[in-house]
Amino acid sequence: MTSNESKSTTGDLLLEMRGLRIEGQSDEVWQEIVKGIDLKLHRGEVLGLIGESGAGKSTIGLAAMGFARPGCRISGGEILFDGRDLMQVSENERRKLRGVRIAYVAQSAAAAFNPAHKLIEQFSETPTEHGVRSRSEADADAKDLYRRLQLPDPENIGYRYPHQVSGGQLQRAMTAMAMACRPDLLIFDEPTTALDVTTQIEVLVTIRDIVKQFNTAAIYITHDLAVVAQMADRIMVLRFGELVEESDTRSMLSDPKMDYTKSLWAVRSHRKEVEPPTKTDTPIVKVDHVSASYGVVPVLKDISFEIHKGYTVAVVGESGSGKSTAARVITGLLPPRQGQVYYEGEALPADYRKRTKNQLRQAQMIYQMPDTAVNPRQRIRDVIGRPLSFYLGYSGAEREKRVRELLDLIELDPDQFIDRYPGELSGGQKQRICIARALAAEPKFIICDEVTSALDQLVAEGILKLLDRLQREFDLSYMFITHDLATVKAIADEIVVMYQGQIVEQGAKTEIITPPHHEYTELLLSSVPEMDPDWLDTVLKERAHAHELYEKFHAES
Amino acid sequence: MNETPTHDQSTDAVAPRERVKRTWQQTTWLFLKSAPWSARFGLLVIVFYIFIAFFAPVLTPYGESEIVGPEFEVWGEEFMLGTDNLGRDMLTRLLYGARNTIGIAFATTCLAFALGSILGLLAATIGGWIDQALGRFVDILMAIPTLIFALLLLTIFGTAIPTLVAIIAVIYSAPVFRISRAVAMNVVVLEFVEAAKLRGEGLGWITVREILPNIMPPLVAEFGLRFCFVFLLISALSFLGLGIQPPTADWGSMVRDTATLITYGDITPLLPAGAIALLTVGVNFVVDWFLHKTSGLRDDQ
Amino acid sequence: MNAILKMVLQRLGLGALTLIVVSIIISIGVELLPGDLAQEILGQAATPETVAQFRKEVGLDKPAYVRYFLWLGGIFQGDFGTSLANQLEISQLIGKRLQNTLFLASLAALIAVPLSLLLGVLAALYRNGIYDRAVNAITLTSISVPEFFFAYVLIIILAVNLGWFPSLSNVSTDMPLWERVYKTFLPALTLTLVVVAHMMRMTRAAIINLLASPYIEMANLKGIRKFRIIVHHALPNAWAPIINVIVFNLAYLVVGVVVVEVVFVYPGLGQLMVDSVQVRDIPVVQACSLIFAATYILLNLTADILAILTNPRLLHPK
Repeated sequence: MTSNESKSTTGDLLLEMRGLRIEGQSDEVWQEIVKGIDLKLHRGEVLGLIGESGAGKSTIGLAAMGFARPGCRISGGEILFDGRDLMQVSENERRKLRGVRIAYVAQSAAAAFNPAHKLIEQFSETPTEHGVRSRSEADADAKDLYRRLQLPDPENIGYRYPHQVSGGQLQRAMTAMAMACRPDLLIFDEPTTALDVTTQIEVLVTIRDIVKQFNTAAIYITHDLAVVAQMADRIMVLRFGELVEESDTRSMLSDPKMDYTKSLWAVRSHRKEVEPPTKTDTPIVKVDHVSASYGVVPVLKDISFEIHKGYTVAVVGESGSGKSTAARVITGLLPPRQGQVYYEGEALPADYRKRTKNQLRQAQMIYQMPDTAVNPRQRIRDVIGRPLSFYLGYSGAEREKRVRELLDLIELDPDQFIDRYPGELSGGQKQRICIARALAAEPKFIICDEVTSALDQLVAEGILKLLDRLQREFDLSYMFITHDLATVKAIADEIVVMYQGQIVEQGAKTEIITPPHHEYTELLLSSVPEMDPDWLDTVLKERAHAHELYEKFHAES
Repeated sequence: MNETPTHDQSTDAVAPRERVKRTWQQTTWLFLKSAPWSARFGLLVIVFYIFIAFFAPVLTPYGESEIVGPEFEVWGEEFMLGTDNLGRDMLTRLLYGARNTIGIAFATTCLAFALGSILGLLAATIGGWIDQALGRFVDILMAIPTLIFALLLLTIFGTAIPTLVAIIAVIYSAPVFRISRAVAMNVVVLEFVEAAKLRGEGLGWITVREILPNIMPPLVAEFGLRFCFVFLLISALSFLGLGIQPPTADWGSMVRDTATLITYGDITPLLPAGAIALLTVGVNFVVDWFLHKTSGLRDDQ
Repeated sequence: MNAILKMVLQRLGLGALTLIVVSIIISIGVELLPGDLAQEILGQAATPETVAQFRKEVGLDKPAYVRYFLWLGGIFQGDFGTSLANQLEISQLIGKRLQNTLFLASLAALIAVPLSLLLGVLAALYRNGIYDRAVNAITLTSISVPEFFFAYVLIIILAVNLGWFPSLSNVSTDMPLWERVYKTFLPALTLTLVVVAHMMRMTRAAIINLLASPYIEMANLKGIRKFRIIVHHALPNAWAPIINVIVFNLAYLVVGVVVVEVVFVYPGLGQLMVDSVQVRDIPVVQACSLIFAATYILLNLTADILAILTNPRLLHPK
């Protein structure tokens, strides 16, 4: 699977695209979104398509099946599959290839499975409809594939409905479904993006094994470099519908040629430069034995941690760990059932409505989705200006001057941006506006809730660097909520690991990320893919009991 | 808890729109120029009706309820569109009808919106038991079919014009409440509203400055649609003899007054009926385009 | 199954509650009457004695809630009280008229429902360029036009000029079915015209929404035939929206009959209600309102329950 084997496992040319052009319709105008792509794929080879949003990678993946989504059209070029141009054959011919010789694995299995039918019925539909296998043969085959993909209870899991099965299992069931007719080519469209990191590694392993077992060629589409490094023999880097660079995985990782690729590769290299200051006696924020619940469902169970001046405390955990709830308790949106939050040693009222203006000003928040975090109907001047006049009494020319200073601070040109509406800004620029709005209040403490996870990696990197710089300049304390351990390694001074509403481990960053770990921390850390093509193999050997750990922490599904 | 897939969500790869400064006149003109024929037709109709409503007394040859000739006079030179069942000039009454029927429907819609959208906004912003109580109450109001409810209330309270306006406004404030609450709810859950709450902003700022500007487009569209419904309901009531009462010229009751002509193949009753239809068609065309336009704008922002 | 049963029972309970509250609203109307009902009915000339006598006769001397329960209890026994206008038993007045109204609404539904589902699905499948715009403009026009406009246009063309159908629908329940259908045809056609556009737009929107689902795209990518995708993948998930469309329009028909009945002088419940409103015959108006409202509520309740019963996620709980 890795590049040193690739020569021995790949064979004849299976798929070739020549000068592929695809147009998408927006506002009744056709615009080119794929601008002349050449692509070759041999039998048994795995090709990684990587790029940020808008690179056209999914569109190219679907075009390999001769398919264009509604609102898109293939406007030029050839798509030769096994020697036949898919654009020249009839729709019926293309239909006969789909599912049988080329199969697709979608990003969200929960949406791509039909809620009205059992998993095994949906599996067997492809072989029976295409006359490849009888229903009973197909059913038996399904169970076999479920077993190979390490689904629990492979004999019976097929008789469940999609909504009765967990996300990671569904994704494997979908891979099994794609394998039903033993296709020559599989298209994986971000198959693990929606999954938690510990589930992702399980799915990656099984996908890789099954592709290897049947020597199937595959196109693996993702935005995650570390993931593609594990899966692909060869990588194509795409940007704005054009090819940036192409080479085999190892040389692409070790020796990228183009600036854009280099910048992508460098993304995870950011590290905080300075050591945090020495701790003072009173922490800025102290969460003291807090428990909270939504209705009767407990979501936080007796958590305590401190955030000191000038420190970045990363709160890490997977979905359902309660890390965002912790932020809601601190901000006063969700009063705790028990426990108390202190700000510089002073107890904060549990409900934000009972807090003073000054208390509210001291703790600011930056959100995950910059698109919805700024009011689209307010100009940037007013977005940033409001906390200035509301908290600090700025007005008129003074306010204007201060807004401009803040824009300078977040590296956006005031002349260009002050009059704009948020709709005229990109995602990263909007996130910077959110940072400026938080800074305008002159706080000591900022909660950053997954602030980089909705952004492309290069943009996210810029945001992290900015936050880092601001921390040094203004002596800020951050509570950094994230599920992404790479981010944690980049910016944290201290780490709090949460699992199912509890803190399983906390301490200084170096302490947490060097062994020995708590079992859950170990599972979490060892699940984060690295940019080394051998990582998956190594980690599988190293953590022989990792799978048992996974089972232990996901026992409920 | 709140991880979402990181792919294809940021807009960084898409170049932000070029910023061109335009005056609002230019913007309006560009907006109009992009309109399809149906919307232009609709706008033309609306402007035409408004003109007639304002200048009815100048444009008409006779008085609104003046009896000027024999009953059911045929179309001719003296009475271009003939006369009605009492010998009043049809053309005159048609033109005055624009004033009365549209005016009353417009006032009713405004009242319904004042009531419904304010309560809907408050329910969405405050939430809690106020929201629950208002929601249940509106559910009940909407469980009774509109026309039937109107008939019931008109029986009880009588058919004077202020009563009519009040009754229909109350009935239609229920769906207006529902829609404004729904669109406001979509905005209330967004982070910028949470940010405003956490900043310590009061209810007034949050509803007026944060939420209202974001729900204006759907509310404006809804106003157009509701106006059509109100207009049709009032016309239907007048047609049934239970709406606007004589001698006020009104299209619904004019259809009723001249209905007998139909059986002789005379199309006079279709004139006021057509006048009603034309206006609702026009408004609906404009609203349809507006909806398309505003939802489209939201997509590429 | 337990969750489903619970939800269905919940909806039934809510429906019953709504009915009760609506019946209270309808009966409360009399209390809100400006002035004295008895005085109003008997006229200013009536002596205080006659008024008192009358109040006792119709039970106006009893407290409001007692009258409400007497009224409601009567209805459960099929007794809606007596008409003020002609002293007839309301249940007798209503009986045949209700049958006529239901006949008209059913006939309209029989034409409108299949027609608009078919047209709606076609509009969804061929939603491209000029065809789509034409459908949009036509249906939009059609829903903007008042019922009586359609009615008179149909009368002029089909009754007056062509003479195919009578312009007045003097039907009765003891007519032969064929004649009844013939005489009901024009009003039914009017209702159909009114309702088809609405229903077609709703069907189109629902189908387009459904066909945009990722699992439909998946079925396409599995190389499944178009026909099978529609029948096997789309349809099982389409019941809820389709039922919704049908019921919404049945409810619309039930109310829409009022104006159409008046135009064609069709002896139905709507006609009776309008006549009674004109003479302020309150007990009759109350009875008619209650019947219309109850039908409307029951139809919507049916839609809710059917939507629950056809939802695969609810049918197969975790």
